[in-house]
Amino acid sequence: MLRDQLAPFTPNREWTRNLVLRPELGSLVAAALLFIFFSIASSGAMFEIPTIARILDTAWPYGIIAVAVGLLMISGEFDLSAGVMVGTAGALLGVMATEWGMNLWLALVLSLGICLALGLWNGVLVVWTGLPSFVITLGTFFGLRGANVALSKYFTGDALIENIDEASGYDALHAIVATVFGTAPSDFRVSLLWWGGFIVIATWILWRTKIGNWIFATGGDREAARAVGVPVNGTKIGLFMLTAGAAWFVGVSNAVRYTSVQAGQGVGAEFFYIIAAVVGGCRMAGGYGSAVGPAIGALIWGIAFIGIPQAGWNSDWRWAFLGVLLLVATLINHIVGERVRVQRSS
Amino acid sequence: MSTMEVSDDTQQPDTQQPDTEPPVIETRGLGRRFGPVVALQDVDVQLHAGEVNCVVGDNGAGKSVFIKMLCGMLGASSGDVLLDGAPIAFTSPRQARSFGIVAVYQDLAIVPLMSLWRNFFMGAEPVRGWGIFQRFDVPYAKQTMKAELDKLGVDLGDPDRAAYTMSGGERQALAIARALYYGARVLILDEPTSALGVRQSGAVLRLIRRVAQRGTCVILVTPKPQHAFWVGDRFLVFKRGRLQEDLRSEDLTLESLSYLMAGGGEVDELQSVITESVTG
Repeated sequence: MLRDQLAPFTPNREWTRNLVLRPELGSLVAAALLFIFFSIASSGAMFEIPTIARILDTAWPYGIIAVAVGLLMISGEFDLSAGVMVGTAGALLGVMATEWGMNLWLALVLSLGICLALGLWNGVLVVWTGLPSFVITLGTFFGLRGANVALSKYFTGDALIENIDEASGYDALHAIVATVFGTAPSDFRVSLLWWGGFIVIATWILWRTKIGNWIFATGGDREAARAVGVPVNGTKIGLFMLTAGAAWFVGVSNAVRYTSVQAGQGVGAEFFYIIAAVVGGCRMAGGYGSAVGPAIGALIWGIAFIGIPQAGWNSDWRWAFLGVLLLVATLINHIVGERVRVQRSS
Repeated sequence: MSTMEVSDDTQQPDTQQPDTEPPVIETRGLGRRFGPVVALQDVDVQLHAGEVNCVVGDNGAGKSVFIKMLCGMLGASSGDVLLDGAPIAFTSPRQARSFGIVAVYQDLAIVPLMSLWRNFFMGAEPVRGWGIFQRFDVPYAKQTMKAELDKLGVDLGDPDRAAYTMSGGERQALAIARALYYGARVLILDEPTSALGVRQSGAVLRLIRRVAQRGTCVILVTPKPQHAFWVGDRFLVFKRGRLQEDLRSEDLTLESLSYLMAGGGEVDELQSVITESVTG
């Protein structure tokens, strides 16, 4: 019989295989453990509804963008401009609605168009030049960081754009992106539903559409994917635009919610998205990951952000926590990567 | 537990008479120059369906240039490639593929972290539904892959496992089955057994025989005489950019094939040069 002669590397333990096929599992376990840990450290305060509301409210803006950044990472690319893009979207909406007296819905569509164009710019430059997306989007990051504030000051005389609620169409838009369920401090924003919907759609795209297959293939082995006809460049450009679109959504949601926009916002957030994606099991080199994982990564950040002061610790420890988290997650990623290399070369 | 299994019924005698049938692929005066260097010239050969054609020769003999020209990676400087008797022009592997000429290279175009069925349909995903509800037809994909592998007598086990868990032989089997599924009539295999152990090589060679029996024209490049002898119907021996000999398996023994593949007369020449320099 030829059985067993041909498969020396077939893993015969089901659980190891399942572990490999479920990238977000580690982050789910980590989120649960952290939640329990901070619950004990804070004498149960974590389980109170207001605390949970604050955790989710901290997590969602990072979570929405992290999902898009996660898909982009699976395709093998980074976007360092996603954070300042939030500021760009908010500032665009603010300037159009307050200075130019534009209807908010029109401002919404125009700002989306500009953000998508910026995503297109990122994607096309990466694809055309073949340079690392790290460099290309770092350029966009600094470009936008300057332009956001400079243009806001040019048009409004200030980096803080206020009174967005006076624009026409505000009430309807507020109802869609910023409605509150429950009363403070136990309030939950409608943003959480958007976040959930986005996770579901992204998961659907990733696992059950051909575009999802292209994303995995593009990040897993670009040349192999190209050889069998996967539109590698189109996939990447599309994901840069998706990331810009996610940043736009968060930017305009916050602008409507707070009725004001700090044009300089979002600097530094780009790393949170990447950390959330990596913690959520997306492989930095691409080819592996999920849409749920980055969302859980953002949730972990929310748990730590709220849990650390709840436990009575200095909130500066948040940053140290973030560093440790990234290191551990990357190490696990690296081990998975090594495993693949070893098995592939045999 | 999943294993690759190739059933052992491949040693039946060939019933067809290939020489009486028109060739699937044919070259006429095929040649290639790189500047002043002639890499290949005047190759006239007719290859038939259902046969394994081993391309044999020393390094630089022109065999890799030959197969690169057949699969569209290199254009011809002179001569024609004919498919079913009609000249075809192609300038890329993708175009060659559309004519049914597919090359499976050593890297196999398999993405290690993707599941078997995702790899099988990579770039040609079957879909259901319309518009935004269009989706990757996963059950169909898994069934079809299994059916295609069954046709070749290959069992790769769980279609959901990641491709990197496959053995070298299994990877070859998946790549070959995929090429056939996408309509390969001429299948070019570049050293498929080069990285495999004895048992896996045996299984892949058996698979290659089976592919040929199902009516595909297989063009096999391998440096190993034992492998070529076992699997080949016909041997195209290249030397210094020319098709030196065109032999059928009946006319060969393993010894004579090994001799040819080791460089033929060059071995004698080399031996005499060495002997001369030692004694002289």
